[in-house]
Amino acid sequence: MTSQQDYKDRQFLAVIGDEDSVTGLLLAGIGHVTAPPDAQKNFLVVDNKTDNAAIESAFERFTTERKDIGIVLINQHIADRIRHRVDTYTAAFPTILEIPSKDHPYDPEKDSVLRRVRRLFGE
Amino acid sequence: MSGAADREAVFPTRQSLGLMKAKLKGAETGHSLLKRKSEALTKRFREITRRIDEAKRKMGRVMQIASLSLAEVTYAVGGNIGYQIQESAKAARFRIRAKQENVSGVLLPTFEAYTTEGNNDFAMTGLGKGGQQVQRCRETYARAVEALVELASLQTAFVILDEVIKVVNRRVNAIEHVIIPRTENTIKYINSELDELDREEFYRLKKVANKKQRDNAAQDAEMKARKEAQGAMDEKDQVADDGPSDILGAAAAEDEDVIF
Repeated sequence: MTSQQDYKDRQFLAVIGDEDSVTGLLLAGIGHVTAPPDAQKNFLVVDNKTDNAAIESAFERFTTERKDIGIVLINQHIADRIRHRVDTYTAAFPTILEIPSKDHPYDPEKDSVLRRVRRLFGE
Repeated sequence: MSGAADREAVFPTRQSLGLMKAKLKGAETGHSLLKRKSEALTKRFREITRRIDEAKRKMGRVMQIASLSLAEVTYAVGGNIGYQIQESAKAARFRIRAKQENVSGVLLPTFEAYTTEGNNDFAMTGLGKGGQQVQRCRETYARAVEALVELASLQTAFVILDEVIKVVNRRVNAIEHVIIPRTENTIKYINSELDELDREEFYRLKKVANKKQRDNAAQDAEMKARKEAQGAMDEKDQVADDGPSDILGAAAAEDEDVIF
C-alpha cells in the first residue's frame, strides 16, 4: 500500500491531448510551468506529427517522474496510440483519466478502467 | 486435502491441543470479521462502479459542451488562440488537493478541486475581441474540469478498493480453505494420538494388574503350599511328639502332687 502514502503534495493536473482539448483545459487554469531551471510544462499538445515515443515519454514523465501531479488527463484517441502503456498502468496515483476530444467521441468500450469494471461484473 | 499429511508439526500433547483449539477459535472469529469487511467493501465498490459509469457518460456530455464553447471562442476571436494560451500558461490557478476517507479501515483518497485566487495567466486573452466568449469558455471548462476531478477521485477509489478487496478476499479464502481445515486436522490428530496413548496406558495398567494378580496367586499358592508343608511337618512332629507328651502327661498325672 505504498500508493496510499504519496498523495499529499499532488496538487496539479496534467494533460496530454490535441490542441483544442489542451487549450480549453488551460483556459480553465490547470496549466503550470515549474521554476525556470528545468521549466517543465504539465501539458503536451499532440498532433498527427507527434510520434508515439514522445507521447510515451510524456506519459512516463507525468506518471512516474513527477510527484506533484494527481490526475493525468489524456485524450482517448491518444491513449489508443499508447494503449499498452495505459492498460498496464495500475497504480492509484496519479489517476489516468481518458477524456473525449472534439472530433473523437467518447467510447466507453475502450476505456481501461471501464473495461476493468465490465470484466469484474462479468459482462 | 489429504487427511493425515496436512497438519501442523506439533507434538500431540494436551498443551498443544489447547493451543490449537484457541487457534481455531481465533481463525473462525477472524474469518467472520474479514468476511464482513469484504462485504462492506464490495458494497462500496459496487456503488463506486455505478457512479463511475454515470460520471463517464456525464463527462462525455460536459466535454462536448466545453469544446463547443471553445469553437465559439475561435470563431469570435477570429483565429486560433491555442498557441497564445499555451505560451502564457505559467502557474496553475485550478489545483486539487487530496483528502482521505475511511471505509472499514481502508483509506480512500478523494480529490477536491480548488482555485487559487490572484493569478490570472490569461488576462490578455480575448482583449481585442471575443472577451465574453473567452470568459464563458473558461467557466465551462472549469465546470468540466470539476467533473473530471470528481471522476478521477472515483477512479482512484476504484483502483484502491479493487486492490484491497482482492487482498481481503484472498485472506478470507486462505483462512477458510487452508488454515481452518489444517487446524481441525491437527486437533483431530492430537485427539487420536491422545486416545491412543490413553488406550496404551489402560492396556498397560491392565497388564500390570494381571501380573500382580498372577504374582499374588503364585505367592498365595506358594504360601499355601508352604503352609501345607508346614502343616504336614507339624502333624509329623505331632505324631512324633505323641510318645513323649504322653509320657509327660503320664508323668504329670503320676506326679500330680509333686508340682502343686
